[in-house]
This record gives sequence, C-alpha cells and structure tokens, in this order.
Amino acid sequence: MAAPKMFDLSGEVAVVTGGNGGIGRGIALGFAQAGAAVAILARNEEKNRAMVDELTKAGVPALAVPLDVTRRDDLRPAMEAVERKLGPISILVNNAGIAIMRSTLKFRAEDWDRVIETNLNSCFFLSQIAAQSMVTRKRGKIINIASEYSRFGAQSGIPYAAAKGALVQTTKTMAIELAPHNIQVNAIVPGWIATDMTVGAQSGRMFEEIIMRTPAGRFGKPEEMAGAAIFLASHASDFVTGSIVYVDGGYAIR
Amino acid sequence: MASPKMFDLSGKVAVVTGGNGGIGRGIALGLAEAGASVAILARNEDRNRDTLAELEKTGIPAMALKLDVSNRKTLKPALEAVERKLGPIDILVNNAAFAILKGVLDHTDDDWDSVMETNLTSCFFLSKYVVQSMIARKAAGKIINVASVGGYKGTPIYPSYGVSKGGLLQLTRCLAIELAPHHIQVNSLAPGWTTTDMTDWIRNDPKYAAVKDEMITRTPAGRFADPSEMAGAAVFLASHASDFVTGADIIVDGGFFIR
Repeated sequence: MAAPKMFDLSGEVAVVTGGNGGIGRGIALGFAQAGAAVAILARNEEKNRAMVDELTKAGVPALAVPLDVTRRDDLRPAMEAVERKLGPISILVNNAGIAIMRSTLKFRAEDWDRVIETNLNSCFFLSQIAAQSMVTRKRGKIINIASEYSRFGAQSGIPYAAAKGALVQTTKTMAIELAPHNIQVNAIVPGWIATDMTVGAQSGRMFEEIIMRTPAGRFGKPEEMAGAAIFLASHASDFVTGSIVYVDGGYAIR
Repeated sequence: MASPKMFDLSGKVAVVTGGNGGIGRGIALGLAEAGASVAILARNEDRNRDTLAELEKTGIPAMALKLDVSNRKTLKPALEAVERKLGPIDILVNNAAFAILKGVLDHTDDDWDSVMETNLTSCFFLSKYVVQSMIARKAAGKIINVASVGGYKGTPIYPSYGVSKGGLLQLTRCLAIELAPHHIQVNSLAPGWTTTDMTDWIRNDPKYAAVKDEMITRTPAGRFADPSEMAGAAVFLASHASDFVTGADIIVDGGFFIR
C-alpha cells in the first residue's frame, strides 16, 4: 500500500472537543488511524471512557478530560492537563456544539447565551489557549467545525446559525493573524450527517427534503468527516488557511 | 509511519492534462506518490519525457501522450489510448490552462475563443468522455478541476482567464449534481499565487512589480506557493477520503482569498 507521508500524524497531539460521539468521534478515530495522540474534551464521562478505550485499541496515546466548554475557568486547566500527559498540542478541533430548536419569537435569552457560549465563544478561548502554545513552536493546526448554517439561514434555532456564521469569520481572522507563526486555521462544513444531533431530521418531511437536496442522496456518516480533518491537520494542507472544506454530498451547491 | 488507507491510490489510473509542468506536474507527482498510475496529456514532448521519467521512478506504470486540449477531435482518442495502455480511468484532473494578458479592449476574437476552449470547454468534453467510460463500467470515479482564486476575484489584467476559471467552478457544481447518482465526485482545487511558468510575468516583469507586491502583501502566508503544495488537496480529492465531498472547491492559497 502506498503511504503518502504528507497525511501522517505520527508525533502530533490532537485535541477534539465533543470528541466522544458523532462527528467528533469520527474525527478522533481518523486522527488515531493517522498516528496522532488524541485528547477528548467532553462532558459525559462514561462516553469519554469508552472513547479512550477505542483510541487506545487503535494504538495511540489517548486521554479524556471531563469538560463543559461553557465553563471558561475550566478551559485552560483542561488544555494544560492534555499537554502534561500527551505533550504539546499541535492540532485543535473545535467540534463541541449544541442546538436549541425554538422559534425566534419564543427564544429565551439564557438559551441564546448558552448556544453562543458553546458554539462560538468557547471556540475562540480554546483557540487562543492552543495558539499561545503553538506560536512557541512555530507550527500548529486549528480546525473549526462549522455548519451549512454558517452560510444559509436556518428555519429555527437562531443562535446556532449566528454562532456558526461567526465561527467562520473567526476562522478567517485567526488564519490571517496566525499565518506568520505557521499556524493554519480552517473550517469544515459537515452536511447532514447521521448523528444523535440530527436524529430529528432522519425521518419525515425534513428527511425527504434533505435527501432531495443532497446530490449524494443520503446522509453522511461520521467517519466520512475524517478525511477532511486529517487533510487539514496534516502537512498536506500547509498552504491551506482560512478555507472552508464542505463535506456534504453536494448539499450546499444545488 | 501511519498513513490512513483512505488516501491510498494504489491500483487507480489518473489522467492529468498539462501535467508536464507547474501545478499539473506537482499534482501528477503527488498522485503517483500516493500509488496512482498516472497519464500525462500535454503538448510539449520534451517536458512530457522528463515528467514521465520522474513518474517512472516510483516503479508504477505511467505514460505521457502529446495532446493539445484545444483540439476537440483528439480528446476522446487520447483518453482511449490511456485506457488501452494503463487501464480504465478512475481520476481525471483537468489542469491544462493558459492566460492571455490583455484587457477587454485589446482582446481579439481568437484570444477569447482560445482561452475558453482550452481552460473551460475542453474540461467539459474530457469530463463527458471519461464519465461515459466510468458509467459504462458502473465504476466510481473522481474529477478534479484545477480552477483558481482568479475564478472568484475579478481582474482587469486577463478577463478571459478569470471568466474561464469562474465558469470552471460552476461546471464543477453542475457535473457534481448530475454525476452523484453514479458515484462520481466532481470537485475543484483553486490555487492562489503559485511559482510556475504561468506566473513568470508577475514575478519577474518590472512592469508588474507593484502588482506582485500587492499580491504578496495580501497573502497571509507571505509568499507564492510551490507547485508541490497543491498535491495534498489533489490526493485528498482523488481518494476515498473525499467520497462524501462533491461540488466543493478547495482553495490552496495561503489565505489570499479571505483577507
């Protein structure tokens, strides 16, 4: 088998927030396949334990740190725990996200704040912490998991779209600022992927519309996100920054 | 060393038009390193020979065929020759292109027509012929169109090039939709400013010194790309790693587009 070295992540240390399920898990397992040590930062300790088992079986050093990304005071200690156990962080994937589906007319302020804090603010703070470490080594990769709602309007759950749109702008600005330090910052837009978060859309009228609008004619699988993540985490993408990689079976372009 | 199987191109046959220099050569060498059997279709036979020699160092079968993509009648026979020699085509990289540095007021009819024919129309017909073969075999496939950030950004320096690359981005989307049911993914790769013969004018002609300064200032990475830096995106888009990616554009430009 040919092994293009440019995708090899041996020796790298990757952090994946929300990496114990769904898209985060798909990416984490892909990173392990590519040889990276992987740290999961996520809330559910049972899922965290199961994930560490899977990663260890994949043959890489692994660690889970229980973390609610909305607790700002807990972010730096979590990242420091990763570096103490696995080594300097070279890859950060901001994947943890929540959605609250309520109409704009009824949306509560505390729910707006919670979505923005999880899906946008924590991504900035974690990126800042990671970048402060990465600049000392003059290399690093930050990958933000965005959304089709970074670009399209949503039909409800308004702060999700607002946060995901802002996340793309954050990606571009960080890419510009950190380029002189050889840190690349990019985003992945997942299409409709079969995870717990999209269960509601996997049947009924919403499902029918999604399938009609997805040229690939199906939902994506979490493991299908791994290729783009490894590409953006590796030397294969050293001249790629500020970009958005759509992994959506063609949904966005139809 | 770990390299996930999803990027492995062993057993795949790839065609790269204009693959004997610049970005095309960078992509061809990258695909070969990933295990693909590569066919170069390009005009200059000396460069074809040189590139073929490099590809053959991998020990994988390769070939080079003289082809001018602007000659429509020769496109299908060229692809058929590849399939006879290397096997059924899995990957088509539409890379051959050129620019005429004239604004709208100075363009001749022939200038416009020739740029469109090479940079856009030939991509359409090569895609058509390769897809006919893939569908007849009920085989999956990949088409990669080498576009450009010049397909998004307007320019007064070479409007026909800009239009052809913008058209190529849209061709990518249309083909992606039509061919998805056949398990053929169609994507584009948009290079930014890259060090090749095609950018000799901006890098070395004093008339364009101010334009060069502006472009470098506007590139967060602070430099032009080397053609080899296009290989990663090409291998990603040519491989199973991107099976759920279609109609997408991967911009490889050191951040130029978003600043």
